[in-house]
Amino acid sequence: MTDAGIGARLPRKEDDRYMRGRGRYVGDIRLPGMLEVAFLRSPLAHARIVSIRVPEALREKVVLAGDLLDVKPIRADTTLPGFKSSTQPVLAGDRVRHVGELIALCMAPTRAEAEDIVAEIEVEFDELPAVTEMLAGRAPDAPLLHEQWGDNLFLISLTDVSSAEMKAKAAYSVTRELRTARQVMSPIEGRGVVAEWDSRVEQLVVHSATQQPHIVRSGLAECLGLDEGRIRVIAPDVGGGFGYKGILLAEEVALAWTTRRIGKPLRWIEDRRENLTAGADCREHHYRLTAYADANGRLLGLDGEASVDCGAYSAYPFSACLEGGQIGSLLPGLYDFAHYRCRVHSVATNKPPILPYRGVARTGACFALEVTLDALARKIGIEPTALRLNSLVRPEQMPFDNIAKRHFDSGDYPEALRRAIAAIDLPGVRARQKTGEPDGRRIGIGFSMYAEQAGHGTSVYSAWGIPFVPGYEQCQARFTPDGGLELRIGAHSHGQGLETTLSQVAHSILGVPHDRIKVVHGDTALTPYSTGTWGSRCMIMSGGAVAAACDTLAERVKHIGASLLQAEVAAVRLEGGEVVGPNGRIGIAEIARTWYRRPQDLPRDVDPGGLEVTAGYKAARDTGTFSYAAHATVVAVDPETGETEILDYVIVEDGGVLVNPMIVDGQIIGGTAQGIGTAFYEEMLYDERGQPLASTLSDYLLPGPTEMPNLRILHMETPSPYTRFGQKGIGEGGAIAPPAALANAVNDALHDLGAELLMSPITPRRIVEAIAAAQAREAAE
Amino acid sequence: MKAAAFDYARPDTIAEACALIAGDHDAKLMAGGQSLGPMLNLRLAQPSLLVDITRIKDLARIEERDDAVTFGAIVTHAAIEDRRIADPTHGFLSRVARGIAYRAVRTRGTIGGSLAHADPAADWVSTLTALGAEIFLTGPDGAQRRVGMKDFIHGAMSTALEPGEILDGVRIPRFSASARFGFEKICRKTGEFAEAMGVAVHDPERGVCRVVAGAGGGRPVAIEASRGAGARLLDRFNDAAAVRDMLIEAGVTGDDYKMRLQVAAVRRAVAELAAR
Repeated sequence: MTDAGIGARLPRKEDDRYMRGRGRYVGDIRLPGMLEVAFLRSPLAHARIVSIRVPEALREKVVLAGDLLDVKPIRADTTLPGFKSSTQPVLAGDRVRHVGELIALCMAPTRAEAEDIVAEIEVEFDELPAVTEMLAGRAPDAPLLHEQWGDNLFLISLTDVSSAEMKAKAAYSVTRELRTARQVMSPIEGRGVVAEWDSRVEQLVVHSATQQPHIVRSGLAECLGLDEGRIRVIAPDVGGGFGYKGILLAEEVALAWTTRRIGKPLRWIEDRRENLTAGADCREHHYRLTAYADANGRLLGLDGEASVDCGAYSAYPFSACLEGGQIGSLLPGLYDFAHYRCRVHSVATNKPPILPYRGVARTGACFALEVTLDALARKIGIEPTALRLNSLVRPEQMPFDNIAKRHFDSGDYPEALRRAIAAIDLPGVRARQKTGEPDGRRIGIGFSMYAEQAGHGTSVYSAWGIPFVPGYEQCQARFTPDGGLELRIGAHSHGQGLETTLSQVAHSILGVPHDRIKVVHGDTALTPYSTGTWGSRCMIMSGGAVAAACDTLAERVKHIGASLLQAEVAAVRLEGGEVVGPNGRIGIAEIARTWYRRPQDLPRDVDPGGLEVTAGYKAARDTGTFSYAAHATVVAVDPETGETEILDYVIVEDGGVLVNPMIVDGQIIGGTAQGIGTAFYEEMLYDERGQPLASTLSDYLLPGPTEMPNLRILHMETPSPYTRFGQKGIGEGGAIAPPAALANAVNDALHDLGAELLMSPITPRRIVEAIAAAQAREAAE
Repeated sequence: MKAAAFDYARPDTIAEACALIAGDHDAKLMAGGQSLGPMLNLRLAQPSLLVDITRIKDLARIEERDDAVTFGAIVTHAAIEDRRIADPTHGFLSRVARGIAYRAVRTRGTIGGSLAHADPAADWVSTLTALGAEIFLTGPDGAQRRVGMKDFIHGAMSTALEPGEILDGVRIPRFSASARFGFEKICRKTGEFAEAMGVAVHDPERGVCRVVAGAGGGRPVAIEASRGAGARLLDRFNDAAAVRDMLIEAGVTGDDYKMRLQVAAVRRAVAELAAR
């Protein structure tokens, strides 16, 4: 460890260009002769296309499904038993299944002119009844999206462990029906694609705002029938991903096909309307959950029915069932109990495909479980924290296989909760509640906990059988002739700060100063294959790969250095960027110069691989690390108007060994902002015909800086036993816990009024209506 | 999305602007463009001609009189917020301007544009109603007329502007020394469109006491007291149920939730006034 290596609060190297507006994004790319693309999108949620009429004069500027005869539709199947496959057309020709589905690609010198062409195309539809709600989609008489299925279910997943006994053993039980809204991922930069055909190297070059350039390359190759070597995908600076940029877009395929055909570069930049109405859907779950406790106030069992509103198609590569397939193993949370049943329906609906969003499935499962636990504690008559402390997996049980076979690697869950209770001052809040607020508002306190599986690899994903299975992660590391260090990784950094943290890993091993370390990423031509940036995996996997490559470089540097110092290899060590021997020291730059420019001075037995290595890494156990946290919050609720204010927010989090604690805090803060969005603001509603009801950010509310409380973040540091430095993935947790913690706080505040909020977002109107409904119930009794 | 093609003109005088819009029924005036800009991009508005009035010097005028100050139509929210121009209301205008949307919007958005657009949720629509402001309109023949705020706003997105007319200024009466005010906007988050707005103005010396409930979906609703009865009117706002009845009687409509917000907004505005 050094003051600039692992553990240092090093300012982010990439921030210099970001903060000065010098980042280079897809939207900054201008190529000679480039045309702009606008898409004609379906205005209907479900319809047959009867005819498409393009004015003859415009026909050359329009691409339709009928032109793409050699293009395969997008398919993202899984090998999960019972999974039903969907085929997502690149351009719809005879049927549309959601508003916003692509029908025609239109190109012109400017986007406005391309939109003029869109307006000239006439499409005649035969509208079909739409499935706009997942529970309705499960009904036997529901309209069908994919007739050959016979129903609207991508998948039914069942987990059952000794469930028959729980009811009889329980002293207490509660049942709750809960719902999380459909949301739209909202990175500041939307999607964007520039595609060109490079006739010199006969290669399709696709610049895309993606988290996964190598996966996009594979997907494009499959759809276009091109060799992967004929495709280069470049992800330049990317303005936030959150999962939305971890999918293959029909737009990418359409532009790639067309640019090759017309011989001109094409650009499509998603606008916010497309983002909101056609693209970035996520999160929509429904639960009916029963929780059982024994007479001692300990969780005994869970019985859940869940549905995920998956939208119309299975998105590539994570499939339609990334959420539904995981809920069964996520719902038990951090608790140790013996009886469990969970059935999950992954339902196809006439909405855009559901995509993985930061926290993937965990946000909904955490919400359902943690809100129900509070209800159970109230039923028992104990503090919700007491129920949790009675039921959490204990540190002496670690590593622990939970009831759904998730393998928790390390940690002290009860201690995190105890620290959160102390930091938020639970007794103080209870005392304040007794005295009441002078302004008539009500105060509530809420807790929630989660574990975030991260960096899970081959053993987990091979069981899923989605289009890719992550294996070894690689790093190509090399010294330049002047002693600089290049680290090439196949993952991508778009806010995570990997250019800094991976540099810290290399610095810890080689001692090379940060200004001499360059992290190269985001280009399939320059980097080793990787499944990309997702699942909070990069610090574990890319970090491990960088360390492995630097270890090898260290050995080679020491070998050459020892020779130059006329010492035995065993007698030298690498320290502060220098090889230090019994009789002197020599810098890495000098050793690099020797390898590249004075090979006559190299030892005879030098490794001919030189100062460039590709090394791979996989965790000692690839079931993932589990960072975790306890969130605690105090809110004030105005029962008259339903307005809420977050008065305090504490996060006690354990992310294992933190490579850069400042970046970790940034990840937690950003994630929590999104979690607050889920809790209080974000909701994409659809009407009964499947029309999205928000199309601008004045209808789809995102939290802004003034909606953010000052978070108080406290850290614990339990190393993972399975990773190179004990680090754990921490990228998503902030977005998981807040909806449950805030709902619990609101429900705590409104408990005396008999009101309970069981949905996200909790809006002022819903609070007022819940109070009114409770008053009506009371009046009726 | 990007705007459909349109012609663009940037006249130097009110008369030229009037002539341009009189000659083309599909022409639209644009000042700050903070509402029209998005509508153009979404192609909800597809004017044949865009008449940019931001270079018309007369529309940037500030006229100070003993009893009032007149702002030209293209005075920006930010200029009012920053007190770069005269404020006849002891800082009330600045206080309201500070809460309009976001700073970027305030930098470009204008008081005249906001009034001509007449979105019921707009801060100036309710505030200027409470202040008893008057609107100056200039017609294509150069004729000027003066309309009180109450008569200017007809409803949501609907005003007394006739075809070919330009809103050229706003006359705001000067507060006397003892005037007090209160303002409350309830919105889901900072900078968003208001769901309810309450404005209270009490200027006993001038005999003005007005409480306005705005952002309700139509024109703002004003409850006024006759000279000398202001304090009594304001006292009635202590009782939420009575306020609800008063608002309903005055024409405020909405479901239970909306009515709660309207009641809360006007009561908070009155409470702020009382605390000053």
